[in-house]
Amino acid sequence: MSRITERFTVLRGQGRKALVPYITAGDPQPQVTVPLMHAMVAAGADILELGVPFSDPMADGPVIQKACERALAAGTSLLDVLAMVAEFRRKDQETPVILMGYLNPIEILGYRSFAEQAAAHGVDGLLTVDMPPEEAEPLAAVCKEQGLDRIFLLAPTSSPKRIEQISALGSGFIYYVSLKGVTGASTLDVDDVSQRVAKIRHYTTMPVGVGFGIRDARSAAQIASIADAAVVGSALVKRIEQYQNRPEVIPEEVSALLRTMREAIDATENV
Amino acid sequence: MPDEKGHFGPYGGRFVAETLMEPIEELRQAYARYRDDPDFQAELEADLAHYVGRPTPLYFAKRWSEQLGGARIFLKREDLSHTGAHKINNTVGQALLAKRMGKTRLIAETGAGQHGVATATVAARLGLECVVYMGAEDIERQAPNVYRMRLLGAEVVPVTSGSRTLKDALNEAMRDWVTHVDNTFYVIGTVAGPHPYPVMVRDFQAVIGREARTQILEQLGALPQALVACVGGGSNAIGLFHSFCKDEQVALYGVEAAGLGLESGQHAASLCAGKPGVLHGNRTYLVENSHGQIIDTHSISAGLDYPGVGPEHAWLKDTGRATYVAISDEEALGAFHALTRIEGIIPALESSHALAYATQLAPTLAPEQGIIVNLSGRGDKDINTVAKIEGISL
Repeated sequence: MSRITERFTVLRGQGRKALVPYITAGDPQPQVTVPLMHAMVAAGADILELGVPFSDPMADGPVIQKACERALAAGTSLLDVLAMVAEFRRKDQETPVILMGYLNPIEILGYRSFAEQAAAHGVDGLLTVDMPPEEAEPLAAVCKEQGLDRIFLLAPTSSPKRIEQISALGSGFIYYVSLKGVTGASTLDVDDVSQRVAKIRHYTTMPVGVGFGIRDARSAAQIASIADAAVVGSALVKRIEQYQNRPEVIPEEVSALLRTMREAIDATENV
Repeated sequence: MPDEKGHFGPYGGRFVAETLMEPIEELRQAYARYRDDPDFQAELEADLAHYVGRPTPLYFAKRWSEQLGGARIFLKREDLSHTGAHKINNTVGQALLAKRMGKTRLIAETGAGQHGVATATVAARLGLECVVYMGAEDIERQAPNVYRMRLLGAEVVPVTSGSRTLKDALNEAMRDWVTHVDNTFYVIGTVAGPHPYPVMVRDFQAVIGREARTQILEQLGALPQALVACVGGGSNAIGLFHSFCKDEQVALYGVEAAGLGLESGQHAASLCAGKPGVLHGNRTYLVENSHGQIIDTHSISAGLDYPGVGPEHAWLKDTGRATYVAISDEEALGAFHALTRIEGIIPALESSHALAYATQLAPTLAPEQGIIVNLSGRGDKDINTVAKIEGISL
């Protein structure tokens, strides 16, 4: 059983929901990332989503684009990100880590080489935003060989046929994009998300995580009440941006925000 | 011909976020339906004839050919089509399709502004809302075209992220599309992007080569020795090449922007100096660093200043059917001045790259042989750029 599946099984047994923070690796500097990962775990993160910086993050909004620009300016490459995961694993063998990003840095490394190195460095899953299932087979196959979960996106526009196809190809969990738009957008229609998550559950028994548009403790709790995981990105990255000139306080500032989300999620579940 | 998922060999395909997969499939189905629909084709043909001004002439550049000494050079005069570039062929087609699909809003990205102007033009004519994304740097370089778009009623949105040029405008247009998929049609200006765009745009531009083939057989009595066209994304080149692809004796030359020189790293020559990768919805050759990050490109011509290229060109390169070369800013400027002074035609700086390569190629061929150069656009938009280089303020 993969670390991701195991984590969801444990949470389900406890009647709890997963909190999944996203940060861009290397933002604002590579040395901040590993301490920040540990701090987020201490603040109640269940799974970590680590963004691999890319020069052209088309599906992301301005907040994450700027994070990518900062990380790239600080020299962060995909190999550096893998090294960060290995360093994180020295102290934490439990918390699942997912890499999230765009295909091109992986293409240039080669699918097999990437998958082997990712697994060896302690990565648990991969989400490539710009690789729909139609193009995913070669990379998905080597990920499977290496025991990496293949996490796919579903969108409000996904047809039942696609939901079925994507559920069959993916593993770990399904990531439902809560709105038509880019990361960091503001509108979140909880009723709509609730209906669509229910629809997705017709096709898969995999856990369903929801991301895009979760900006504070309240929206995190709302999403956690209808999904298995709440994925929070831009709100945290905005906090990093705010303290980019004082990197030493970033782990505490970001995890303080994350802790409010954790508390709100847990409080909702107790109701 | 690509496979049913839009692959030209290993290139092409659909590499976009899940939100866009259904809209792209909806577009593919709509295009498949109307491509063979007699009513749609009749309307398109009428628009090309009466609005765009087709067929455009194939002009024998006699004086220029004589000066170069060698093959006879013919210019396919896309600069004489409405709005002054080949771009209008494609936007007329896509706008008719958008209208049939019930979309009320067109979005586009533009580098030099030619595609933006062409999109704003068809939007005005069909009464559709139009938003054009343009890099802040390009907005400065191409002020007259920006004003033209605004006159036509389009909203021009400056893009300040990244390198502030065409690739960033494309990212922004994709973000807009993902946010407004219900009512919005994304008019892509070149033979790149996710399937079906590379095929669809090629089909809309193939009119260039169809006409040129008929015209050269009339004027020269034979097929040409070579075709020469500039390549940024590559739509004018594919448009010219398509009808000649099966004529193996016709050499196809795509001319990329070498900028300050391929060795300088300041260029936009993805086929000559790039590597295969994935960007903007397709797998193709890219100008990128060793970590797979897209790097800033440079060309004197905003229209060629793009780090990628259409996937069909990537395949034509790998299969050896077409040859790709690169021409520097300086060489392009030389050709710009030569054609203007010798033939009385001011070419676009994009097209000047193709013209510059023709000046190298023509002397190696015999006087009975012919070369067709695609004069993809007129140079009025570029006179500020050229004047500035020469220290002249207009």
